[in-house]
Amino acid sequence: MSDSEGVEQSVESAPDDESEAADGVADESEPVDDVPDEADTTADLEDGNAETGDRSGPPELVVDGLVKRFGGVTAVDGASFEVEEGSLTGLIGPNGAGKSTTFNCITGVHDTDGGTVTFRGEDITGLRTSTIANRGLVRTFQIARELEEMTVLENLMLAPRGQVGESLTRSVVPGLRGRVNAQERQLREEVWDTLELFEIDHLAGEYAGNLSGGQRKLLELARALMVDPDLMLLDEPFAGVNPTLEEKLLDRIHGLRDSQNLTFLLVEHDMDLIMEHCEHVIVMHQGEVLAEGPPTAIRNDDRVIDAYLGDEL
Amino acid sequence: MTVADAIAEQFDRFEDTPQWLVDVGLIAATMGGIYLLFTIFTILGPSRGAFGAIVNNLQSITFWTALYAMMVLALNLHWGYTGLFNIGVAGFMAVGVYAFAALTVPPTANPPGLGLPLWVGLLGGMVAAALVGAVTALPALRLRADYLAIVTVALSEIIRLAFLSTVLERFTLFANVDFVPDVPLGTGAGRGINIPVNPSIPVKALFYTNPSNPASGGRTGFGSLALGVFEAVGVRETVVVSLAYTIVLIAVVAAFYWLLVRVGNSPFGRVLKAIREDELVANSLGKDTRLFKIKVFMLGCALMGLGGILWEAQRGFTDPTSTTFRPIQTFYIFVALIIGGAGSNTGSVLGGALFASLLFQGPLFVSRIVSFLLDLGSAPSSFADAVGPLLALEVGPFLAYTMNNIEDLRFVLLGIVLVYLMQNRPEGLLGHRKEVAASVPLVDRKGNRPREAAADGGGGDGDE
Repeated sequence: MSDSEGVEQSVESAPDDESEAADGVADESEPVDDVPDEADTTADLEDGNAETGDRSGPPELVVDGLVKRFGGVTAVDGASFEVEEGSLTGLIGPNGAGKSTTFNCITGVHDTDGGTVTFRGEDITGLRTSTIANRGLVRTFQIARELEEMTVLENLMLAPRGQVGESLTRSVVPGLRGRVNAQERQLREEVWDTLELFEIDHLAGEYAGNLSGGQRKLLELARALMVDPDLMLLDEPFAGVNPTLEEKLLDRIHGLRDSQNLTFLLVEHDMDLIMEHCEHVIVMHQGEVLAEGPPTAIRNDDRVIDAYLGDEL
Repeated sequence: MTVADAIAEQFDRFEDTPQWLVDVGLIAATMGGIYLLFTIFTILGPSRGAFGAIVNNLQSITFWTALYAMMVLALNLHWGYTGLFNIGVAGFMAVGVYAFAALTVPPTANPPGLGLPLWVGLLGGMVAAALVGAVTALPALRLRADYLAIVTVALSEIIRLAFLSTVLERFTLFANVDFVPDVPLGTGAGRGINIPVNPSIPVKALFYTNPSNPASGGRTGFGSLALGVFEAVGVRETVVVSLAYTIVLIAVVAAFYWLLVRVGNSPFGRVLKAIREDELVANSLGKDTRLFKIKVFMLGCALMGLGGILWEAQRGFTDPTSTTFRPIQTFYIFVALIIGGAGSNTGSVLGGALFASLLFQGPLFVSRIVSFLLDLGSAPSSFADAVGPLLALEVGPFLAYTMNNIEDLRFVLLGIVLVYLMQNRPEGLLGHRKEVAASVPLVDRKGNRPREAAADGGGGDGDE
């Protein structure tokens, strides 16, 4: 299955992973030979696999019985799922299934009407969006929301956490600005590195509002990465992105996952893409989790086919 | 191409010149043009261009320019940088002025105050305005942007009417608290309040030995020299004193400008801009925007309070019916900001200058000149009487009526200017400029990645 040239890393890992996940429900029995931390940084192919199969540690994200109502409409109705550390998990479902609402509830944009969200072992339900982001859970938006009248550089410079210059006093009072400037120079280097990595450095001084749709998606992903997150929620990151660019983005995602053990939860409508790149897939339907499991199992799940996939696959 | 575009294009021609030099040049050129225009006005007017009259008029224009520039800069912090729609500027000015009065007015006066020194009053006025700003902001900033507008405009009227209320005409703080001495205070309600200790006093002290009542004392050494020199060329002494005060105002405008540049070109300013663009994104990137909004709202209100004191208290008297505190004041300041370009500090100063001279004072000058040159006779008392003779092709009465009511007709002019700007240049004169929010340059001169060595050379901006 699934052998596209552009994506080397996880293509082969996927089947392994699936089989593991498919037959081993709880893998406590599995030998745990590597501490997650050290594997994080070095993760090559095999380690990455071991990592994703390894369920000994607490999951990166646990959503338990999430409920969200808008007036009479129950957008999310008791959804529960887990996202493993270092995994690339797909969240799929028909329009109105509650995927974006789930994202909004996880990131504190909406108050929830029930259920809990646990991130890295800590309950984050009801926390402020900014607090959640500062803990390392960052999201992108379905429709890219770049800060239009700020340059691409400013967009990225905004993102990093712990900027001393965000204190009004430090920014204004003469004599206190030395540390701010030092950090700004350091951030500038990181930002330019990121821009070059995403190959949008030629747009550095442009207003973000002048970028094309695909470039905005790149910018948004780059900006979210500048926060240095542990878990990224990507809401349709490839919508409106041309195939070459999409491949590039996927490369980056796999690269980040492998090099920094970043975890990704991904909403996407392109089934081929999900099946090819995600090692775990969650299917939502009418606000509930209809099914979850490895792509092969999902693809053959009758309920999923009825509700979402149709005969297409 | 519209006129506005053509002007803007001229502004853009100096790409290789350092930004600050362009800005200084822009302001100098604008003020030069305005001075030239008002010199011509003076020459055409009743005084026939006497030197003293020219100095007087240019002084007065500069005075209004500085006052508006100050307020527009403060508003730019709220609206231009952060997108906080504060339409209660006049209210925060009033709080500053009345707090200043309460602190500095002698306890023996009626209404009484605390009799503290001038600088305590200035500081206290700013703190009071900032605190009222915080009280406004705390509930309103949690809601959508429009609610802040409603809350602030309502608050500014509540403040004005509270100062007008006889309930607060005289009152005693701590009257029922045994262990704290009674503190008699008062707003004077409609009678207003005398402010003998005010920002004009230190300026007058330069010239007079008894600054609070110049007539009763003599002149200082500097005073007799400076006033003597100016009187020799036909400039009245009150004009010289006002000129000195205007110079103080210009220094304050420069200080506001510096502060705003400092705030804007920093990570703090970057978050402000992000709030203006899309608050949810700022939140999603881990910025607790509420804190930023409250801080910046308080800072802006403090500046408005200080501006109010320098504007109103220097007259030595204030009352709640003063135009300074009416909602129209906020509207004027917004118009000036829109002309200059929200988000640009240099634009704010230019907007203040253009508004104060061309829209605020200009029509009055034109009206005086037209009445003087054409000898229009007495103006008809009603609009019908003014329009009627037009049918007989007599424009005299209509013109006289127009000139007689020019103060009200300024609104029409304002409206026309606003409509024109909205259609042709909604971003104002300088709103299109990229003023990048970072404390170090993010690109080199050619817009490429700055190399460490080169960047550090010019990177510090001398502010470490």
